[in-house]
Amino acid sequence: MNKSKILLLFAHPSQRRSEVNRPMFDTASKMDFITAVDLYAEYPSLNIDINREQQRLLDHDLIIFQFPFYWYSTPSILKEWQDLVLEYGFAYGHDGTALQGKRMLCALTAGGSEKAYRADGYNHFTIRELLQPLEQTANMIGMDYLPPFALFGSRTAVEEGRLSAHLECWQAVLHALHNNDYRFEDLAALNVLNDGLSHLSITTHG
Amino acid sequence: MTIYFIQAVIYLLAAVIAVPLAKKLGLGSVLGYLLAGVVIGPIAGLVGQETTTIQHFAEFGVVMMLFLVGLELEPKMLWQMRNRLLGLGGLQVLITTVLIAAIALIMKQPWTVALAIGLIFSLSSTAIVLQTFNEKGLTKTEGGQNAFSVLLMQDIAVIPMLALLPLLALPELMQAAESMKDAAAHHEELSLVADLPGWAYALTLIASIGGVILLGHWGSQPLFRYVASSGLREIFVATALLLVVGIAALMSLVGLSPALGTFLAGVVLANSDFRHELESNIEPFKGLLLGLFFITVGAGVDFGIFADSWLFILTATLVVMLLKAGVLAGLAMMFGIRDSNRWLFSLSLAQAGEFGFVLLSFTVQQHVLPTPLAAQLQLVVALSMFLTPLLFILYQQVILPRYQQQANDQPYDTIEEQGNVVIAGSGRFGQIVNRLLLANDVETVVLDLEVSQIENMRRVNIKSYFGDATRPELLHTAGIESASLLVLAIDNRDEAVELTKYVRHSFPKVKILARAFDRGHSYELREAGASYIVAETFHSALELGAEAMRQLDFHPFEVEQKKAAFNRIEAESNDHLYQQWLKGSEGERFDHDYRKLFIQLQSGIQQAMKNDRADGHTKHERGWTPPPKGYTDDFEH
Repeated sequence: MNKSKILLLFAHPSQRRSEVNRPMFDTASKMDFITAVDLYAEYPSLNIDINREQQRLLDHDLIIFQFPFYWYSTPSILKEWQDLVLEYGFAYGHDGTALQGKRMLCALTAGGSEKAYRADGYNHFTIRELLQPLEQTANMIGMDYLPPFALFGSRTAVEEGRLSAHLECWQAVLHALHNNDYRFEDLAALNVLNDGLSHLSITTHG
Repeated sequence: MTIYFIQAVIYLLAAVIAVPLAKKLGLGSVLGYLLAGVVIGPIAGLVGQETTTIQHFAEFGVVMMLFLVGLELEPKMLWQMRNRLLGLGGLQVLITTVLIAAIALIMKQPWTVALAIGLIFSLSSTAIVLQTFNEKGLTKTEGGQNAFSVLLMQDIAVIPMLALLPLLALPELMQAAESMKDAAAHHEELSLVADLPGWAYALTLIASIGGVILLGHWGSQPLFRYVASSGLREIFVATALLLVVGIAALMSLVGLSPALGTFLAGVVLANSDFRHELESNIEPFKGLLLGLFFITVGAGVDFGIFADSWLFILTATLVVMLLKAGVLAGLAMMFGIRDSNRWLFSLSLAQAGEFGFVLLSFTVQQHVLPTPLAAQLQLVVALSMFLTPLLFILYQQVILPRYQQQANDQPYDTIEEQGNVVIAGSGRFGQIVNRLLLANDVETVVLDLEVSQIENMRRVNIKSYFGDATRPELLHTAGIESASLLVLAIDNRDEAVELTKYVRHSFPKVKILARAFDRGHSYELREAGASYIVAETFHSALELGAEAMRQLDFHPFEVEQKKAAFNRIEAESNDHLYQQWLKGSEGERFDHDYRKLFIQLQSGIQQAMKNDRADGHTKHERGWTPPPKGYTDDFEH
């Protein structure tokens, strides 16, 4: 099976304070099969270069949005990116078929615990449910939507020594996604990708 | 007269040949000077007796060096260093003295001689170590900083040592000297304090030190301003020299170490606006004199004595260096200096120093040490100084790479150390740049040629220095080598271009961010090698234009988008215009093609602005555009 080229679009507006996302981004940046883009660095005044972004999408098979979960959604630049780049005639609508058959993944960190993101938790919805606007966007533009790869309780991950395990897992997931070591159907219905590591036939590195 | 010229030629020639060669071979300039001295002295016999005289003169280089060291040290920093100074430095001197004296005692030396030897070898070479740190960029490392505190403490310790040593005089040597005493009495050094009673002496000391501090703090500023306003560079150089030599003279007159006096003056002047200008003026003198000093050390090596007792000299050198390094390593462990820094700290200070020579000749004069022993010890001091550059090479080639390997293996070490920024020109442009950087804790060094401008900045508590940024020495003392950026905001457009060329050529690693006056100037700067150029009026004019549009009831967000589009097109076409400009001949650069392109640029911008964004997706302007009316029909069938 062909290997997937991965485009990682990273949105974090306060990287000085980042404890998990920045290390995740750095890990991914070192992998040669990933094009890692720091959106806030490239467009600090939100003037997104639509042509360049569309070309990037065309050049890759799997698009990852990596971000800290803000108000149950993405940081604003990722919304701006969607608004501008997923144009009528390019991503949807008449002749808008450029992205069909590609895959989409959200890799995010959430402050609340996993228990909070349940019907009986204080956030009332699962993380997958809260990301439904993105899932439907993927549907609309013909992309296969993978369940989100999430780290819960991210504000205490470093203190509790969970960071390095998470980074190793992240690295393994990226390799598996690149090598296409999985069947999409096995994963499609999961709440979070982290529940399906066995389906990704993950080989641990390091 | 002729003989002086010939001597000068010999010394200069030796330095000119040996030093670049030594540097090329990676040995460092100090070893180059030392070897040059050995060649013209004991090997070729080109220079002889006068080396001792020259050495006394060249010791003034050490004095100047301490002045420069003081300039780098603000009083606040000195106070922060007090623990390391007294703890690390004090213990080093104490323990090394005791151990070496003990060894001398075991070798059946009388205790007075043993103690004198211990004191002499407890000192390290400020000249070699600081010079090498500078050359190899080790000054700012933890090991380098700690080594510096120890050196400073040693330099301070020399003063009580000079007071203590005469008390150790040997009776039999005293007697031998008795007959010569009358003759010697006439050669007493010129001194203001020789015949004063104790209390008056103490008062004189306090008065002179206080005088230096007061004068440095309040007197220097008006003096320098007065001299600087004359605009004569050589007079400023003369003033700087006068200051250093004057303080050295005063200190000698009252029986204090000139090195310590000028160091103190340096510390007082460290806050001065003229600090960098002073540094750049004294620096060349210091360099030459220190070089001369090293040459005389090399020339003073007596192979006769070495041949007679080479075994003793070699063993003694090795024992001294091992012991000193051992003590330093132990102290480093105690004070939590780790890894490569511990090595640097221990290896760099393992030699005996130039103050060793001073103390040796002093002890012989004071009949503490017998002359033959002193001659042998002199060789030990010289030999240990010879070996020091080799230890530095060992550190850089063998030890450091190992630790760097380790450091490289650690993951996620993303926060890189921020370099300094040199800002040339602190007028209406440079000052804003400086304020933004300062507010974000970026270390800046601001240079400006207008004394009044510096005064203005001082009134709002922003520090800048007097000096002409287009002079290489001044850029050097402002730290251009270690800076990561140079912000170029000087008022003279031609000099800005020249400076860009110079910095691009001499310090290719330094990025140059330049202010241009207009388009032509920006191209000149670009051609000269500036990495980023901004025309001084462009952004503010654009901002004003945007405000005009807002006043005309354009929607603010739309105005923002138009502005971004304008910026983008401008940047895109700038490259074409630049290429065209490059092709044009000198003086006729605004030729026909260029003008045509500029007109094209303007019409391109107009075109882009006219396109209604809801209508077409033109190349130049796209934003958030609603899909066409009725587009949902496609989905609902």
